[in-house]
Amino acid sequence: MSDIYINLAYIASAALFVFGLKMLSSPATARRGNLLSSIGMLIAIVATLTAQGIVSYQWIAVGALAGGVIGALAARLVAMTSMPEMVALFNGSGGAASLLVGWAALSAATDPTAFTAAVAFLSILIGGVTASGSIVAWAKLAEVVPSRAVVFPGQRVVNGLLLAAIVVGGTLFATQPATDAPLFYALLGLALLLGVMAVIPIGGADMPVVISLLNSYSGLAACAAGFAIDNNILIVAGSLVGAAGIILTNIMCKAMNRSLANVLFSGFGAVQAATKVEGEVKPINVEDASIILEAASSVTFVPGYGMAVAQAQHVVRELGDLLEAHGTEVTYAIHPVAGRMPGHMNVLLAEANVSYDKLVEMEDINPRMPNVDVAVVIGANDVVNPAARDDATSPIHGMPIINVDHARTVFVLKRSMASGFAGVDNPLFFGQNTRMLFGDAKASISGVVAQFKG
Amino acid sequence: MELIAVYLAFILVLSIFLGFELISKVPATLHTPLMSGANAISGITLVGALAAAGAGEAQEGLATALGVAAVAFATVNVVGGYLVTDRMLGMFRKR
Repeated sequence: MSDIYINLAYIASAALFVFGLKMLSSPATARRGNLLSSIGMLIAIVATLTAQGIVSYQWIAVGALAGGVIGALAARLVAMTSMPEMVALFNGSGGAASLLVGWAALSAATDPTAFTAAVAFLSILIGGVTASGSIVAWAKLAEVVPSRAVVFPGQRVVNGLLLAAIVVGGTLFATQPATDAPLFYALLGLALLLGVMAVIPIGGADMPVVISLLNSYSGLAACAAGFAIDNNILIVAGSLVGAAGIILTNIMCKAMNRSLANVLFSGFGAVQAATKVEGEVKPINVEDASIILEAASSVTFVPGYGMAVAQAQHVVRELGDLLEAHGTEVTYAIHPVAGRMPGHMNVLLAEANVSYDKLVEMEDINPRMPNVDVAVVIGANDVVNPAARDDATSPIHGMPIINVDHARTVFVLKRSMASGFAGVDNPLFFGQNTRMLFGDAKASISGVVAQFKG
Repeated sequence: MELIAVYLAFILVLSIFLGFELISKVPATLHTPLMSGANAISGITLVGALAAAGAGEAQEGLATALGVAAVAFATVNVVGGYLVTDRMLGMFRKR
């Protein structure tokens, strides 16, 4: 097929990508949107395969088969709690693909212009940063390496020098592009190193920001690859992904009241909390908790990463159903940065069969909180910490929170009295209306469910 | 050459604006499927990888090898991304 028809097919693909994303604006149409988007992808791939330049298909088949099997197995087998790790690896794989496409374009070109060399280098650079950064992010999420922020003296100087070396080397490379020269391999190594250096100073609680940002990079890398090989569909699709990542990054930063620069460079989680909170905690047992829940007319569950760790989403939904059958109004209030990636808690609760109209966003639940009889905090800490609102000396001051302390009664399900991920003490635990239900979240909720049934 | 680059930049700018408009309407509930769906779309690099992997004798072996690896990585994104997004979205039900 000639280039004209291939590009016409690309127009259809682009339209389908746009429609697919548009349908993602509601859970009712989202699944069909994803299907449309995948049809767009299929059209782009089939059209490209008919291009005159493509003459040998056996190697394509080998690569596609390997990637397809890995992708399909991963998509089928991954547990919903491990979705952040999976998305991190997918980001990395997209980055690696762009790196390789940029590299292949350069080594196949006989006499590349400075522009082609520069954009191909950008594709290699962004792709490389995405690939190695994503692997570090994955390792932190999977706790293969400690998830805390890694900071060392002179880190900014080292990173600054690294960046300067890449800019100087990249400029030099654009004027004399040769992929078999030592300069090229040095730049390749520096790009991968930059990705590692960019992600190690970021602590576990900031992972939603990093994953969103790497998501954005994987799109931008595809854009750069599109410039390198003069391909418009790569640019359209790449910039849609880039925009998605940037928006999510922005939402995550706002939900933590921090600038992107602060997240990327400050090594949060390495700093120590300023204020210590003193007071007496009031523990409660499963029997009393179920009596209070039984008398409540409205209950809000506030899940955090701890719910994912305890795999408690199914028993939480079971308790929610029992309460509803009892005539209680049940909602699930979800903070934008609860969990390790944007929307993590929503997916877990959806998996547990919670109806999506019961999932309430922070801005919608807070005005209603004074009318909530019982707020049940399950494995969340910083996102419900009143110090963020009231204590100007708190390291997380200014971060919007779910105001569970405004509910009539708060149950906090917690393993022990250790402080949250950000290492900040939580005055909520010492509140007048707070009752601590110590123990494994799943076991505690199961206990309450058993009380209800018995 | 320069003119093509300018046209491509034109497409880039418009697509980014379009992307902002579209994505800002996605509710927080669907942010995880949005990310995995975006992963799938960024697998569009496959289109570039196909050309590199299938050029045959017209280029040296290294370029083909890089292309094949790129095809594999990009296919992981396309296949894995769309399937896992579909699996997730299938869980979002209203009762």
